[in-house]
Amino acid sequence: MTQSNLLETRRLVAFYGDFQALFGIDFRIERDETVAMIGSNGAGKSTFLKSIIGLVRAEAEAIYFDGEAIGGDSAYRIVSRGVSMVPEGRRLFPSLSVEENLSIGAYSKRKGPWNLEAVYTIFPMLKERRRAAAMALSGGQQQMAAIGRALMANPKLLLCDEISLGLAPVIIKEIYAHLERVSANGTSLIVVEQDIKQALAIADRVYCLREGRVALEGRPSDLTREQITEAYFGI
Amino acid sequence: MDLVSAVLDGILLGGLYALFGAGLSLIFGVMRLVNIAHGDLIVLSAFIALVLTAHLGVHPLVSLVLVVPLMTLLGYGLQRGVFNRTLGDDILPPLLASFGVSVFLQNALLKIFSADSQRLHAGNLETLRVDLPGGMAVGVLPCLMFFVAVFVICGLQLLLYHTQLGRAFRSISDDQETAQLMGINNAHLFGLAMALSLAIVSIAGVFLGIRTNFDPSIGPTRLIFAFEAIIIGGLGNLWGTLVGGVILGVAQTLGARINPGYQILAGHIVFLTILTLRPQGFFQRTR
Repeated sequence: MTQSNLLETRRLVAFYGDFQALFGIDFRIERDETVAMIGSNGAGKSTFLKSIIGLVRAEAEAIYFDGEAIGGDSAYRIVSRGVSMVPEGRRLFPSLSVEENLSIGAYSKRKGPWNLEAVYTIFPMLKERRRAAAMALSGGQQQMAAIGRALMANPKLLLCDEISLGLAPVIIKEIYAHLERVSANGTSLIVVEQDIKQALAIADRVYCLREGRVALEGRPSDLTREQITEAYFGI
Repeated sequence: MDLVSAVLDGILLGGLYALFGAGLSLIFGVMRLVNIAHGDLIVLSAFIALVLTAHLGVHPLVSLVLVVPLMTLLGYGLQRGVFNRTLGDDILPPLLASFGVSVFLQNALLKIFSADSQRLHAGNLETLRVDLPGGMAVGVLPCLMFFVAVFVICGLQLLLYHTQLGRAFRSISDDQETAQLMGINNAHLFGLAMALSLAIVSIAGVFLGIRTNFDPSIGPTRLIFAFEAIIIGGLGNLWGTLVGGVILGVAQTLGARINPGYQILAGHIVFLTILTLRPQGFFQRTR
């Protein structure tokens, strides 16, 4: 693993019972980099993120984070090392208020620039509704709360799973503008997206998964529309 | 006046039932575990207090200083060593495991202590009464039980709604997988929840042992009273559990006034009536 790589996967495989979802994924992301992962439904994108964060079991030597093998580690240990995730579907805690959802994001007590005030600075609307039930927010507001909650763990690496799902284009644009500010603050991002245009706009590099394998990898500026279409759809 | 006195006694008895229910409610709320051994653990606490009072010569309430930490540690160990291994999507394995623990406890206590009825002797506290207007009187012990129940429920509310640990419990209750993404060690938190539950159980057990005779077989009926208090009050609402306990206690004491043999039946009839008319209980789940 090279020194500049924050995260690296080597021949990463993943299974759900007997069903194999990932077939030997080689992946890397450097510090301060934003990498997008695109692919159709069922390509293995979310499984890839879940393998990194420890929700899906991986071989110990298949994932390296900040120089250490983390494959097979429990999710709470990986979070304490500095990886945080915005899960697909937001998955805010319905019993908790907006502020309580943000606060529980700091459970691992990692030190860093992100605290309630910092999150409220980039998402001022959350401060206005901090005492509201989390599920009373609109979809876009919930997505901001989910991002804020993940930032409260002060991650070195933030995993974003389909954050544009179900949101209006203008809201998606706003959220990605916020993510760029997060990235500018020194947090590396892995963004899983079905919205190819948005993914290519934000990313330094792109991976395309198809049927659990890397079908394409490169810089957005180096990839043609035809290459992406072929990798995405396999045609 | 006799009726008022019965209602008052029932309200105070409700405190004990609220203590029975609070620990059970916490476990079900956090990890969706129905602990069939809950009543037997209450009885175990009473027996531990019995041993301590016999060997150390201390008052049963003083024995809490040792009973509470012992049961707390037992709770953590039981959860991490037994129940955590059974938790998953299927509700049956943890139910069966807790049933197994219940059977084990009853038989172990029977073997060690025999089937003889026991009692914790609290001296003057058992008979001390406070005079009230209108010629009525209430026992100091029932009042103490009730206020301890209120204190415990206040403490639980503070923990659940004003601490990071409480937020963690509520997060796991909502979504175990996403809770892990917060850096929460679910296995450890489940252990802490069971430890807290058994700390409450130990207080309930000592009060039970002072109030009434106990033997290894009475655990399951205490479990039923705990369930009834939770269901009447509404799942997921601790103050509801207190109200549920009070309703159950009043039903029992009024039933006993009609005929001592009707005490338990009266409680069950009121429970079934409320379950039929208002199955969600009187109070909503506290957010």
